[in-house]
This record gives sequence, C-alpha cells and structure tokens, in this order.
Amino acid sequence: MALLQLRDVNKHFGGLHVTNSVNLVLEQGEIHCLIGPNGAGKSTLFRLILGEHHPGSGQIYFAGEDITTLKSFARIRRGLSVKFQVPGVFKGLSVRQNLEIALQSRLHGAALDQEIERLLAFLNLEAEQAQLAGNLSHGQKQWLEIGMAIALKPRLLLLDEPTAGMSPEETHMTGEMVRRLNAAGMTVLAIEHDMAFVRQVAQRVTVLHLGQVFAQGSIDEIVADERVAAIYLGQAHA
Amino acid sequence: MAGFLSLFRRLEGPQTLGRGPAFWALFALVLAGALAYPLFSDGYTVGNTVYFFVWVFIALSLSLIWGYGGSLSFGQTAFFGIAGYGYGILTINFGAAYGFTWIALLLAVGMAALVAALLGYFMFFGRIAGVFLGIVTLAVTLMLERFMAQTAGPEWRIGAARLNGFNGMSAMPPLTIPWFGGPIVLFADVGLYYVVLAMLVLVYLGLRILMNSAFGNVIVAIRENPERAEMLGYDIRKYQLITFVIGAALAGLSGVLYTVWGQYITPSSMGMTAASLPLIWVAVGGRSDLTATIIGTLAVLSGFQALTIYGSQYALVFMGVLLVLTVLIAPNGLVLGVINWITKLVTRRKSEAA
Ligand SMILES: Nc1ncnc2c1ncn2[C@@H]1O[C@H](COP(=O)(O)OP(=O)(O)O)[C@@H](O)[C@H]1O
Ligand SMILES: [Mg+2]
Repeated sequence: MALLQLRDVNKHFGGLHVTNSVNLVLEQGEIHCLIGPNGAGKSTLFRLILGEHHPGSGQIYFAGEDITTLKSFARIRRGLSVKFQVPGVFKGLSVRQNLEIALQSRLHGAALDQEIERLLAFLNLEAEQAQLAGNLSHGQKQWLEIGMAIALKPRLLLLDEPTAGMSPEETHMTGEMVRRLNAAGMTVLAIEHDMAFVRQVAQRVTVLHLGQVFAQGSIDEIVADERVAAIYLGQAHA
Repeated sequence: MAGFLSLFRRLEGPQTLGRGPAFWALFALVLAGALAYPLFSDGYTVGNTVYFFVWVFIALSLSLIWGYGGSLSFGQTAFFGIAGYGYGILTINFGAAYGFTWIALLLAVGMAALVAALLGYFMFFGRIAGVFLGIVTLAVTLMLERFMAQTAGPEWRIGAARLNGFNGMSAMPPLTIPWFGGPIVLFADVGLYYVVLAMLVLVYLGLRILMNSAFGNVIVAIRENPERAEMLGYDIRKYQLITFVIGAALAGLSGVLYTVWGQYITPSSMGMTAASLPLIWVAVGGRSDLTATIIGTLAVLSGFQALTIYGSQYALVFMGVLLVLTVLIAPNGLVLGVINWITKLVTRRKSEAA
C-alpha cells in the first residue's frame, strides 16, 4: 500500500520552477532516500509534504487521504514527523524539556518520564539532559532533533540530511537507528548526501534534479547510472 | 484528588525560578511580612502600596505574552483602559448594591478578554507576528486613546456615565462588600490592600502552575521556534490566542483595580507613555520569569515615585536610561541577572563545601 503519494506536484518561487511535475510513491514500510545536487529542490519537496509550502498544482495523499490543503500541525497529527536540515531544537530550553515537549501530547506522568529517560539513553544525551539545547554540538543537536521527531511515533519519518556534521561512526550509528525504527514499522524518507549512509539504509532511491524526478531505483542501479554520475559531475564543474 | 495534587507539583518547574523548601520558606516570609505590614503603617501609606500592586498584574500580563510567549504586545494598556472604563460605565449606571461592583469587575475583565479574543484571532490566525504584532497592537492602543480623548461632549454618554474626553471618567463606586451591618466599602486603604494582595498571590501562584504545565511548555516552545513547535503537531495559533486573552484579562484586572483605587480613569492611561512604562518594568526585572517581573516592577515603580518628587520629567528620563542600561548589561533583565548570579554563587559554595 502507498503511504505517501505525490501526484504531479508543482511549485514555483517567482520564475524558478523548484518542483516540476513530481510524481512519487512511498510504500508503507520502506526506507526511501532522496538524493540530488544542492538546489535540486529536495528540501522544498519536504516542505510541500509538510504543508509549509503549498503546491501551485498537484495533490499529496497520505494514507489514502488527500492532505494537499491541510495545515502542518494537522498533517503531523495524522502521522508525519520531520527532522529539518537546519536543526530547529528549542535552544533556550533544556535537552530534557525539548524531549518533554515532543512527548507530552502522547504521554503523561510516570510514562512520560520513563520515555524521556529511554530516549536520552537512546540518543546518548543523558549527561547533557540539563543543558540548554543551544549549547549542544552540531551533531548532538541533530541527534536531539531526530529524537524529537521519533518521539511522536510517526508513521512516516522525514529526515533532511540527518547525518550532516557527524563523524563516520556517528553516521553509521544513525543508519542503524533508522533501520531499527524501520524494523519496528516506521516508513522513512531521508534526504542524504552521504553515499555510505544511503547504501546502509536505502531500499529505494529517488534522484531529484532541477526539481524533477531524474531517476529511481535500487542503490546499485542508481550508482551504475551514468546520467546520474553526470549531473553530480556537472555540479562539481560548475 | 490526584489531579488536584498534581497541580500543586506544577508550582515548581523549568519555567519559574525558585524551588524547594528554601524558596517556599522565603515566599512564606515575604507573604507574612506583606500581611503584617498594615499593622506597622498608616492607611495613607498602605493605600499608596496598593497603587504599586495594581500595576503588577499588567506587568505579569506582559511577562506572559512577551517574556514567555515571545510576542511583544503594546496592547496591554488598551485592555487596561477597556476594563477600567468598562467598570466605570457599569457601576455608575447600576450602582454598588448587592455586591454588583464584583460582578462589574468580572464583566469589565471579561470585556477586555473578549476584545483580545477578536483582535487576537485576526492577528494570530492571520499569522501576524514579530514586529507587525507590535505595530498592530500599538495602533489599536493609540486609536483607543484618541477616541476616548474626543468624547468630551455631553452627547458621549452611556446611560448615566459621561465619558468626559481628556478629563476622564470619575466618581465610580469603589469595590463594595455587602455585609449585614451595612456594606463594607473598600477605599484605597487597608481593606483594599488585603483584597489586592490576595488577588496578587492567587494570580502569581496560578500563573506558576500554568507556565509549568504542558500548556506553558508549548508557549515557551513557540517563543523558541514556532515552526518546530507546529511540526510537533501543535496548533500554535490557538496557544498564542489563549495566552493573549489571558494576558488581556490580567491587564484588564489592572485597569479595574486602578479605577477602583483612584475612582478615576483618563484616556492618557492608554497613551504612548502609559503603554511603554510596563515594558520598561518588565524588561528591567526579567520578562521571562514571573518572580523577577514582580520584583522588578515593584522596585522600578518605587524608584520612579521617589524620583517624581524631583519632577516627573527626570523620572521619565531615568526610566529611559534604565532601559538602555538593562539592554546593554543584562538583556534578560537586571533582577533576573542578579538572581541567577546569586544562585550560581550559592551552588558553587555548596559544591565546594561538599
Ligand atoms: N522560500 C524560498 N524562496 C525562494 N527560493 C527558494 C526558497 N526555498 C528554496 N528556494 C530555492 O529553491 C531551490 C531548491 O532549494 P532546496 O529545496 O532547498 O534544495 P535542496 O534541498 O535540494 O538543496 C534553490 O535554488 C533555492 O534557492
Ligand atoms: Mg536541502
């Protein structure tokens, strides 16, 4: 069953056609990676899915429901969740409170405290729980925001460059975490540049280029595709 | 019962300074001092102190909306004025018998809240935020002041109540408690002092509970990053609107108590100066904490009054200087800065002793 479906979605920023007739189907239970050069329109696609931007034309379906005109918070409540490219943790609040705010609509009292402890351990942030989130390292902020995103127990988790600024070991750990969440039933759509990470987690890969779906397939098919290599090389030359 | 107890637990939490037996012992001490204070003072001085207390509610409303919620509102004095005039209009028309002054207080505060609900709906659901929120609320405040200022003519009356333009409305009855031996009239004296003190304690504790609850968590989350808050599934417009309405009700309470205190209210209570002074108290105290806001407001107000003896223009200049100094030295508030500094010293002392 398709969990998420984009039908002919278009978005313009002034004269810039950032999302160009995108059709994308995400199957329930898969880990799907979205790759493409900088400026390809990957983050914009996330914002369309989340309702921060509204498409000029086209429809977005989630679990069979047309969510094209729904407000962001309503989409989240239906089972979407996101970790943004630039971590948006609540800088002036403690790490613990950041997690509490993500969890409190689902859990209360002792169950809430227990889940906070579990997440802190899971994210390796136990020692930092009383610190202000703004004082964390960049990698730790990424972890914290991932933690807040998964705290909602979403059906579909959107990760925008989750491993940016992480060491290779941390990147690998993040990959393992994504696979574990997926094994527990979570569908994942991740934007990622790190090919080792993509190889580690992706069951299917979509390449976005100039706002269009450029190629789609398994990681091996994508890596073998000379046209895909060319657009990355083209960017390196530019 | 368990739910009731959990409310008490919310008296302490990440959004409010002060926790543990030491803090509450200090709180009890200050409260006992405030309760005993009229015994060692005269009615006039006590009445004067009530005047200071009156302003604390509007300061708390700004702390809530601006310090906790992150939206700078210049509209608090508008709600102050609406409720103040509302009380006057109601009581001048219907008198003070049968405890009506208390109903008038509630109705007037409700009026301010209702106007805030309409204005807030338009602003927050129209996604007006940041500087624009400040501009819209300031415009509403000044418009209201202009409007009230031109109501001098005899045609501007609501029932028996003349609005009276710049001269203001006066001679509304004070709060009155119906009693068997004859009603107790609360003039600006010891009686009103205890009533206002009780309200202050209730509002302070109530706001502590509110801000440390799940609701308060969302409010500060919106201040920190509204986009992230929405992406956790919160309809942030609703939270902002509710906070705005609560804030307006508190500002309205200030307005009613001010009117009750002096039996007098004028359009200038909604003017530019009136709108900016609470901002200064709250900024100097520490807008992001209720306790710091109260201490700051009372301290600055007493300082302001002491200076006014030498001329109110100097006092206003001093206010300006104080604000600039605060912004430069302790942008989060002087009182809050000092409290944090002392807390750090004490904890260091403790850890060294250990
Ligand atoms: N809010 C916006 N207004 C105008 N242009 C935008 C906006 N957001 C993104 N863009 C432009 O759209 C293009 C795609 O951006 P983005 O989706 O962030 O790409 P990616 O995430 O693939 O690097 C870029 O050229 C970017 O400058
Ligand atoms: Mg991007």
